[in-house]
Amino acid sequence: MAASCVRTVGSFLGKCGNCSSSLNTVTSQLSRQVLSRQICVSTALKKNLAAGGPEKFTVEFIQKQVEEFDIGKRHLANMMGEDPENFTQEDIDRSIAYLFPSGLFEKKARPLMKLIFFPLHEAVQWGADGRPFHFLFYTGKQSYYSLMHKLYSKILNIEKHQDRMRAKGLFSQDTKEISLDTSRWLTKEELEVLLVETISSNNYDRFIQLMERLLSMPYCNMEEEFVLHYRRPLEARSKKQMVPVPERDDKGVAFSTSDGRRKTSNSSVVLRDCGSGRITVNGQEYLHYFPVLQDREQLMFPLQFMGLLGRFDLECTVSGGGRSSQAGALRLAISRALLSFLSEGEQETMRQAGLLTPDPRVRERKKPGQEGARRKFTWKKR
Amino acid sequence: MALHRLSFRLRGTVCHVRTLHTSGWGQQQEAVAVESEPEPFSVFRTQETDPACQSEKHLGQFYTLPSAHFRPLFPHGLPYRYQQQVKTFNEACFMVRPPALEVISYLKKADYSKPALRYLFYGVKGSGKTMSLCHAVHFCYTQGWVVLHIPDAHLWVKNCKELLPSSYNSARFDQPLQATTWLRNFRTTNEHLLSQIKTKRRYVWTKRESTDEGRPLGELVNQGISRVKSSSDVVGALMKDLRLQSSQPGADFRLVVAVDGVNALWGRSTIKKENKSAVDLEELTLIHNLKKLMKNDWTGGAIITTLSQTGSLYTPKSAYLPQELLGETGFDSMDPFIPVSVPNYSEKEFESAYLYYLDRKWLQHPQSRTEDGKKELSFLSSKNPSMLDRICGFL
Repeated sequence: MAASCVRTVGSFLGKCGNCSSSLNTVTSQLSRQVLSRQICVSTALKKNLAAGGPEKFTVEFIQKQVEEFDIGKRHLANMMGEDPENFTQEDIDRSIAYLFPSGLFEKKARPLMKLIFFPLHEAVQWGADGRPFHFLFYTGKQSYYSLMHKLYSKILNIEKHQDRMRAKGLFSQDTKEISLDTSRWLTKEELEVLLVETISSNNYDRFIQLMERLLSMPYCNMEEEFVLHYRRPLEARSKKQMVPVPERDDKGVAFSTSDGRRKTSNSSVVLRDCGSGRITVNGQEYLHYFPVLQDREQLMFPLQFMGLLGRFDLECTVSGGGRSSQAGALRLAISRALLSFLSEGEQETMRQAGLLTPDPRVRERKKPGQEGARRKFTWKKR
Repeated sequence: MALHRLSFRLRGTVCHVRTLHTSGWGQQQEAVAVESEPEPFSVFRTQETDPACQSEKHLGQFYTLPSAHFRPLFPHGLPYRYQQQVKTFNEACFMVRPPALEVISYLKKADYSKPALRYLFYGVKGSGKTMSLCHAVHFCYTQGWVVLHIPDAHLWVKNCKELLPSSYNSARFDQPLQATTWLRNFRTTNEHLLSQIKTKRRYVWTKRESTDEGRPLGELVNQGISRVKSSSDVVGALMKDLRLQSSQPGADFRLVVAVDGVNALWGRSTIKKENKSAVDLEELTLIHNLKKLMKNDWTGGAIITTLSQTGSLYTPKSAYLPQELLGETGFDSMDPFIPVSVPNYSEKEFESAYLYYLDRKWLQHPQSRTEDGKKELSFLSSKNPSMLDRICGFL
């Protein structure tokens, strides 16, 4: 009964499909305590359930769904005539798109067969007799405090270990250190997600303090795995601008290629170091393609700024967008291509002039209930 | 005019200046800057006002049209912007460019007992085709030829306010307004020659009016101007007469037919009859007569024409080659012709034009006087003459 309840919810929640192999949306693991489903007929609990929010799933349920998904995957592979052993998620997506062609524009509304793990939900925390499972339930933040307790007990363990080593005379300060350079602590939001409950900033600070204390002791590498669980790798540093490498073509002329984008236009420019100032856009004369002076000024700006007007030969291709956005895209592409012919200082001036920044402005979506993106309908008093 | 005042002051050195230029030193800017310090304008100007004497040495330089020539020669025929420039600068300066020089050299060497040669100027928009045509026409004028200059054939195939059925041939249509304006301009241009040439046939306009044989052509033209209704027929008669007369071996004049926008003759027209059906080009008297003129079955003259996309109807903007603009029929009728391409300014010509504007104090913006400014102008206008003119217009 409960299972069927879940399945209807699953099909309701999720993604439609008529496959006999079920299309599952599976929620993720619960909090650490393994709880069995506590959905009973008792009226008190029924009321609690309604107030509790969305459905809660147990670990067994999740595992069962995962098995059913695997079986379904094998069925699908057999249907498509492919090898069930090496059927990856991409193959699944492809097969579903083939079997259930959809004309919907929103990609997320189309049929889907995937194991999606939703963020944690809290399961019901007490038993049939109303007694909570966790001993810290009445603190309100049971997972947080249990984590703190665990951390402290680990600290005490390490101290005991230190004492033992001292007693044996093997105490040494230069034990292996945990490498912390490439990672950072969890942020407060990430910790909340891990613990499935909200914590205050004070709590978070205390947690970090305790962790630091753990790390300050020697022999902390005993708990390395535990500590690293609460750290995330640092993102790669912001990339330095990739400067296109100038190559030489058959006649020995140095040239460089680069792309640029603005709004919906894409452009690509080949900048040759010939010595004439000829420009070709999409095979046409540049005067003919950009009859408006403003567009030509946009193209001229990078070269004029560096004072290299007559030196280069431009061969441009551009598509999409309108007149102005094509000019902007070309300007960005020219500036990028020009980078390879300039020194470091000049590149810096170009960056500061804003020539190398792609313009992030795109057309804003029209909202329902309004006439345009920002314009509202005429307000009538009555 | 500044030029005249200057020449008065330097009368003693004028001949000195002339030798300087014809010796070709005018080309090197550095050399002349040292030599002709008292006359800094001479780098891009030449004193040679006679197109017959201009040669490759004067390429890229401006020569001034004497005002005595300017008024009669070009009542029509120059581009509008250029006319405004003439009014502003109080002088008419033409640049000596290779296409015009080429055509002038052919005109000098041609054999006029053979059928008339057809020259066609073609090029991208704004590259100077009409100006080259006017330069060639100026040359013919100085040689004393009869100039039949049609400023823009496109004007005859569009925006016609009055369309009369022709008196001569009822299937055709007349355009009295355009015909009279053209006749008036024609008279201004060829005033001195009209009294000398006599008609060869008798023309009957109406029951009461007729022009006899042997009357001076001037009378014919006046007849057309005064009697508006028959002006298109007068035009046709004039063309026929001139054609016949110049073909005769004993003729003492030569005829040059200069048509701007010749692709209008074989394109389409936007004129509509009363019943809203489009007028076929053959049904227009003026066009019909002009097409007869364009056939090279007459001798003793030359036909110089230009293509024009700007005024043309139903042609794409990017078309500038003869084949595209003339169409099949046009190309076949014009074949064989001598195509002359008119490119954008070369480096030297661009320098010249820039210096000319500087000299006339047309470029007021301080940055336009620098080297960088010059490079900017060259880039933005992509060395197209009309584009340069437009950009400098607001500087």
